[in-house]
Amino acid sequence: MAKILMIHPDKCTGCRNCELACSFVHEGQFRPGASRIQAYTWEREGISVPMMCQQCDDAACVTVCPTGAMHYSTTQENLVEWDDELCIRCKMCTIACPFGNARYDAASSSIFKCDNCGGAPECVAFCPTQALEFVDDEQQVRSRKKAYAAKFKEAFQEVR
Amino acid sequence: MFGWTGTILRVDLTKGKVTREATDPQLARDYLGARGLGGRIVSNEVDPTIDPLSPSNKLVFAPGPLTGTFAPSAGRFDVVTKGPLNGSLAGSNSGGTFGPEVKYAGYDAIIIEGKAAKPVYLWIKDDEVEIRDASAIWGHNTHDTTDLVRAETDEDAKVACIGPAGERQAPIANIMNEMHRAAGRTGVGAVMGAKNLKAVAVFGSGAVTVADPERFKAAVIKARNMILAHPVGGTGLKAYGTDVLVNILNQTGALPTRNFQDGHFPNADKIGGESLAAKVLVRPKGCFSCVISCGRVTKVDSPAYAGYGEGPEYETAWAFGADCGIDDLNAVTAANYLCNKYGIDTISMGATIACAMELFERGIITAKDTGGVQLTFGNAAAMVEMVRQVGENEGFGAKLAEGSYRLAESYGHPEYSMTCKKQEMPAYDPRGVQGIGLNYATSNRGGCHVRGYTIAIEVLQNGAVMDPHVTEGKAQLDITFQDLTAALDSAGACLFATFGIGGAELTEMLAALTGVDYTLDEFMRIGARIWNQERLWNLKAGLSKADDTLPQRLLSEPIKTGPSAGEVSHLDQMLPEYYALRGWDEQGVPTKAKLKELAL
Repeated sequence: MAKILMIHPDKCTGCRNCELACSFVHEGQFRPGASRIQAYTWEREGISVPMMCQQCDDAACVTVCPTGAMHYSTTQENLVEWDDELCIRCKMCTIACPFGNARYDAASSSIFKCDNCGGAPECVAFCPTQALEFVDDEQQVRSRKKAYAAKFKEAFQEVR
Repeated sequence: MFGWTGTILRVDLTKGKVTREATDPQLARDYLGARGLGGRIVSNEVDPTIDPLSPSNKLVFAPGPLTGTFAPSAGRFDVVTKGPLNGSLAGSNSGGTFGPEVKYAGYDAIIIEGKAAKPVYLWIKDDEVEIRDASAIWGHNTHDTTDLVRAETDEDAKVACIGPAGERQAPIANIMNEMHRAAGRTGVGAVMGAKNLKAVAVFGSGAVTVADPERFKAAVIKARNMILAHPVGGTGLKAYGTDVLVNILNQTGALPTRNFQDGHFPNADKIGGESLAAKVLVRPKGCFSCVISCGRVTKVDSPAYAGYGEGPEYETAWAFGADCGIDDLNAVTAANYLCNKYGIDTISMGATIACAMELFERGIITAKDTGGVQLTFGNAAAMVEMVRQVGENEGFGAKLAEGSYRLAESYGHPEYSMTCKKQEMPAYDPRGVQGIGLNYATSNRGGCHVRGYTIAIEVLQNGAVMDPHVTEGKAQLDITFQDLTAALDSAGACLFATFGIGGAELTEMLAALTGVDYTLDEFMRIGARIWNQERLWNLKAGLSKADDTLPQRLLSEPIKTGPSAGEVSHLDQMLPEYYALRGWDEQGVPTKAKLKELAL
């Protein structure tokens, strides 16, 4: 079953446990600068939004990659993978990604993008509020749409 | 070093000089960081008899070893200095994301000394440190200051700054970071103002490293799960914030009301966490690495007090609410927003207004003093106006900015100031909860609940149950909480993590992180060492046994109504036992044997 990382900004408290878990599992240390996920907070508005790779079906990073380092995974569905060996550090992927989710880290000379931790994302495990979920893709889209429809339902109920 | 960065930054504002020194591994091991290490630095380097607002005072910003890791709710830092409110080895603790950023920039502590000739701010980007002109930023509130500093440095910089209250060196001024989090108590903001230091901005790209990653991760997961499973740490604080305590303390009969003239407030529910959640809450917010999310993003719609921001916490809702006889949550929240922007401690501000209200009702001050404002209990509009006047330095605000002790003393009636060591007491009435009264009286920084939170046992029954009205066993309870909290603060953890975990879990995380073979006994001994270090310095600063007391009202005027009616504080029954159990002589001076035991 194909799974996707789903974000719920309305549940995010801005604690950044996701960044810490990500950098710890990938780098063995706590360095939010090395995290593949970032939770940004707008302090005046009190809103936080987590951002990470969307694992696009038609990925700009894959399209622009001249060496095939950025490619669709053959072993896992819904995953865009990055190959350290093939990468020439041209950074085209970081320019092409419309979300800024492929990042170049000068300190380690590598491209940072989400790898879903091989199917068990640590950011999800360490999110204390379920603002991040790793869920079945089709079911998730359905329930999200239905949850929004429920708001309309409540509004219509009041009118009647 | 693991857990620690190994470097301390020193900034001399007089000379405009920035230097670095290695963190002494032995000191780090013995004092952890934050409050402990910062206290050690101030204790070593600052003459206890100086004027806190003179250039010879120092200000230390220090995160703890756990800060910057994913240890649950452990992203905190302390600001340590000689406090302007009472001259003690003081300081205050804050969350947000500033502390971790200091670690990522590479520092276990930032020591600020001297005084800049004109307004400046400090910009720290990893190894690059600059003292920059702040002339154009001086005068702005904390929110605008944060934005202005970011515009000149980095949009993702973490900014700790003072508002107009700190610039004017008001002894109740705080330091705000990320706009809404406060190092609130003891007047730390005034020390920044006295140094002409408007802000400290930090951006860090480095790492916190771990001695034993597997062991650390296991310890963290265990601690997280314990907090998340706890009814307060995992559920209550997220749903209702710390303000959930209003109704609980009122039901205990220990919600100080109208400047501690009573211990029960009939309309408490209107300012409690349940009402807050129903009326002004937008969403919960968490500090760095927090799993609790007690922060409140709130919005007030009522036209008179319309605004958007964070808060109120329990202490704030009490100070501007019950203590001022006010049950208007919108007004209370508006007063909180103003304090955050002006950079004022909400506890001291609310309690000082409550004191002024009593002086007004007793005819000691009149409308002539207050510029025509009827400063009576329950007058919400007058309360909010007084906060504004303090922030703007207008009218009666200039007197209120001095805190309740100096205010009441200036009118010849210090007995109406509800303070310990000149610092306003928080929201637990010592007549209704005996142990917390002993904690207020003995607290090294004056009236303070967080450095010996016996409420956890006496009221909230967190892990053990003790009758709040009895004095037996309270001396030992206080000491245990004071030592535990001194170590916990110094590790970088949040007090609220104790709604789920205790010293054992903190010790295990510290040991796995740092590679130092800490035991629970050693952890508690570190706490005792820090407590005694603060005590020793305070004695040299001129504080004595005579200061280990409560306002006379609490010792002789019983609570009038509610579940604790008829009760007074029996401090005299607890204090001698406390000294003895501490290993101090009858004058409250640590004995040589005790100091040797603690390696002080």
